[in-house]
Parts: sequence; C-alpha cells; structure tokens
Amino acid sequence: MSKYLVNKFLYTVDRDHDLTERYRTDPAGTVAWWEVEMAGTLLNAIDAERTTWLSFTDAERDALVAHDHVALFEMGAHPFLTLTLWIAMFERDHPEPLAMQLDYAARLAHVTQPYPDITT
Amino acid sequence: MADLVAVLATTHHPFYYRTSQLPPEERPPFAEEWISKIATYRETLTRARPDVLVMVGSDHFHQLWLDNMPQFLVGKAPFYDANWENEIREFGMPKLLLKGDEELSAYMLREGLDRGFDLAFSNELRIDHSVTCPILTVRPEADLPIVPIYTNIFAPPLPKPERFVQLGRTIREIIDAWPSHLRVAVIGSGHLSLELGGPRQFGPTGPDPEFDYRAVEWISNGDIDGCLREVTLDSLHAPGNATHGFMDFMLMMGVAGHEKANHADHLSLFHTMEAYFTWYPNPHLVDPPLGGVPTIGATA
Repeated sequence: MSKYLVNKFLYTVDRDHDLTERYRTDPAGTVAWWEVEMAGTLLNAIDAERTTWLSFTDAERDALVAHDHVALFEMGAHPFLTLTLWIAMFERDHPEPLAMQLDYAARLAHVTQPYPDITT
Repeated sequence: MADLVAVLATTHHPFYYRTSQLPPEERPPFAEEWISKIATYRETLTRARPDVLVMVGSDHFHQLWLDNMPQFLVGKAPFYDANWENEIREFGMPKLLLKGDEELSAYMLREGLDRGFDLAFSNELRIDHSVTCPILTVRPEADLPIVPIYTNIFAPPLPKPERFVQLGRTIREIIDAWPSHLRVAVIGSGHLSLELGGPRQFGPTGPDPEFDYRAVEWISNGDIDGCLREVTLDSLHAPGNATHGFMDFMLMMGVAGHEKANHADHLSLFHTMEAYFTWYPNPHLVDPPLGGVPTIGATA
C-alpha cells in the first residue's frame, strides 16, 4: 500500500486542467503513463532527481483505472483530494446541483466509523 | 507597542463569494440572510480600523504537500498571489494579489522560535481560500497588508488541540510586544463539523449539529478549558472527517483568551454551520465605542 503515491496521483492530476481531462477520458492510459513518467518526479526538483522506488500496488492501480472512489476511500486515500478531483471530472454529468456529491456519498453509505486511516 | 484591535474567528465557505455575486433573482433562498450576516460581521472589523491583518488558515494541499509538510508556517513575502486554479474551477473565486508585511512576519518568526514554536516559513506563498474567504467577506477591498499563518489540520499526524491554543496565546503575546505603532487584527478561519469525501457529506445540515451548537457556545463564551476537556485529536473524527479544521477556531480562542466574544453569530446552511465571532481586546480602541452599534447575535 502506498497511500502517499495514490495521494500524489490525485494531487498532481487535480491541479492540472489537461491532466484532469485526460484522466476523465482515458483512465487506464493516464494511470499507466503517470506511473512511468510522473510517479518518481520529485515535485520540487529536476527530472534527474527522480525517486527510484515508488510504485502502485495492483489494487491501487485497479482502483484508479476504474475511477473507483469507494475503493480509494477504503484504502485510506485522502478524501479531500479524491472528492475535489471527482467534482472536476464528473459534476458536469449531473443535471442538478450537488447531485454528483450526493451520489458520491451514497456510494459510501456502507462505511461506518472509524473510517480508514488516512495517515501516510 | 502595537495595538491588537480585533480578533475575528470565522468559518470559510468558498461558495459565499459566488452566491453573493448572483443577481438577487438567481440567489438561493438562504442567500439574503447569509449576505446580511456577513455585512454585519464585516462592520465588526471595519470599526476596529486595523492597519495590518494576521491571517490564520490552512492550505488545502495547494502548495504544502506530503513530501515536506510543516505543522505551522508563517508567510514572509512582500506580496501573496491568491486562489488556485482548481478553486477558481470549483468555487468561481477570483485571483487576488495581497500585500505582505515582511517586518511583522520577520518579528513573528523570530519571536515564535524563541517562544518554543519551530515555525516554518515561506518567501513565496500562494494563498488559498482559507485566507481569501475571510478577505472577501470582511475586507473585500483587500487593501491591507497581511501576515499569513498556515496550520496543518489536514494531513495526519496533526498537532494536538492544546498546541493550537498555545500557538494562539503565543501569537497574542508576540503582537502585544511588537514595537510598532500599527493597529493589528488577527483573523482566523476554520470549520465546525464538516464531512468531505465521506458518506455524510452535503446533507441538509452539517454532519453533527449538536457538536456545532456546543462549539458555538465554547467560542462565544471563551470557554477554552471546557473545550479542551471535551475535544481531542481522536474525538474530532466523530463529528465529521474534516472537523479537525475546528482546531483553527481553538487557535483563535487562544488569541482571544478567556473572554466572551463581543459579536457571535451563526447560520445553519445545507451542509455546514457558518459561524462568526469577534473580540475587542481593548474596547476603547473601537470606533464607534462598544455598544454604539448593535450587532445581530451579539453576546456582549
């Protein structure tokens, strides 16, 4: 489990308009590309300083490819990051204000406290 | 010595700006009351005539990230660009450029370090909505220099609630000792009960109205001890998974001390409770004097 790397994916995709759209339309391709090109990029350093050891687990990769926010929540991904990115990608598909957010919550209705630990 | 003329503690709601900008016929039913309460709240700062604002907030994974996360950080820059692309996308907030007060930042850092807080600093800090929401509500001219202070209420492990109160007390001591003729206001923003990204988000009220009412009582009454008896780092998960933002209110209680708020107001919205508090440490410095202008929900 690499909650840090999952959060890094959500963080870098959410803050970049082009990446957000790319992840919406091509999740499998974007996740595969991101893991090769972006996962090791230290966000405040040149490419020569890449991290050499970070990678997703199969479950993490599958959840990201499936746009499965429930699985990401259960893994301990940071809920603010996931929600913000999901709003950017999917709010447009819902005709009513907050319909997307309420559907997002309903899919998590089975979750009881304590919620999964989000500590990285 | 500098004068601490006002202490304000408020929720920061990123949709207020967009709501207030809508034509009246397009506003949701709760908008008029919300706008009215904000106008009253704004006056509590205006009448204090501050020269500089110390702004307490929390970065929402915009610039501060998990590869290097400070618990408490002071901005030390001459200017601060504000609001991020994904906030503009999601909330419709405007980009802003705020002036900084580097002298007070430097003093805050030196004194903070010497008084037991190993504060981080940033010479290029881009501010997010935890600071700009209060600017847009209580000082929409955005014309005063600021000293931003960011706290980590977001990325565990977090400092304990006691530490937030202690930092508030220390900020108060530092401002009171600042050798300056300026009038300082401290404005901090946080949350009451709040759920984001979980099963209880965006309900008809905040996820835990009972907690919200108790929180309003603690803050209104300056009941730091009662609050600390009931609130722990672990207990703050129960009212909602984003409720740790309440610790920024606790920091502001530390700044205000064991004093009743001069203005206290709240408003239950569809998924959260908004709350607004103002203290005047020296009533003689307020214009008009206390009691001259009645305020909605005022407790003193």
